[in-house]
Amino acid sequence: MTPVRVSIVGAIASVLLILVVLELVRGRRLKERYALLWLATGVVLLVLSIWRDGLNTIAGWAGVTSYPPAVLFAVATLFILLVLLHYSTVISKLTDENVDLAQRVALLEERVSRLRSPAD
Amino acid sequence: MNNARRLVAIVPAWNESGAIGGVVDEIKQFDPSIDVVVIDDCSRDDTADVAESRGATVLRLPFNVGIGGAVQTGIRYARDEGYEIAVRLDGDGQHAASELPKILAPVEAGDADLVIGSRFVEAGGAYRPPLARRIGIGVFAQLVSILGGQRVTDTTSGFVALDRAGIELFATQFPHDYPEVEATLVALRSGLRVKQVQVDMRERVAGASSITFFRSLYYIVKVMLALLVASLRRYPRLERASR
Repeated sequence: MTPVRVSIVGAIASVLLILVVLELVRGRRLKERYALLWLATGVVLLVLSIWRDGLNTIAGWAGVTSYPPAVLFAVATLFILLVLLHYSTVISKLTDENVDLAQRVALLEERVSRLRSPAD
Repeated sequence: MNNARRLVAIVPAWNESGAIGGVVDEIKQFDPSIDVVVIDDCSRDDTADVAESRGATVLRLPFNVGIGGAVQTGIRYARDEGYEIAVRLDGDGQHAASELPKILAPVEAGDADLVIGSRFVEAGGAYRPPLARRIGIGVFAQLVSILGGQRVTDTTSGFVALDRAGIELFATQFPHDYPEVEATLVALRSGLRVKQVQVDMRERVAGASSITFFRSLYYIVKVMLALLVASLRRYPRLERASR
């Protein structure tokens, strides 16, 4: 069985995560689309912290018998991996768009300087 | 040479102020009708100014985007300006302008969309790279041959000629770093007619090769992954206008 104190600490940490994310979105320092995965992380961890029977059941499915809170860590790790993977795709897209912009700048600058000196 | 033909030479350069002037001069001496476009990949030296002073058109990238991104800038220029044929030569001077007719001939004859100047088409060529590099080149060539369904011998060569179809394909699809191997496979899978011709290449004139030991490790892994993924992707087959 999950120790009560683990559940309390887990719940507090989850609520803190949700609050921090909401505050960042409110202050426009985090875009909604990038906040969603973090909020999902917080909510899932909060639910698993409060719903103690649920955590024990899932631990049973996963074959974790000695220490059910380990499932909490596993779920948290899984979500962090998801967030990181998501960021990697975002970075890749930004990189492509960046290169595209750099190429356009180079092409446009050349065109501008050509138009400015029509001598040749 | 032929006036109806509009030919552009794409020369990517990064910190090549020692060699770029000679490269531009050599192309212009070989054929004054060729427009030379140097893509300066945000060099720290005066590569761009040197190239400009020798009469090349210079595309200045605002930051370093890597060799593939630089080459693609030139290809986009060729597409936007309506060039019929583009050749690519490296800015370090290893590709001799006097070898251009060899890679141009099949494109001008309409026999190929992409011609690769290869160092190994014929056995016993003059070029003998170090063993490790030879193995790498051989493995990539074998892989591209299998995945692309056509035998190629030198997929790492940067000495190539493109017709309009090739220009349009690479203007939209070109890998950003270490592009040559993957680009060859993309061309094959897109239905471009790819040809190889034997050419001779020189040693570098100035500067240092960008390929060091750790980079070559990254190179190998990156290209392997790119080939694997490229062979799983679907490429729209090229719609070729009848000539």
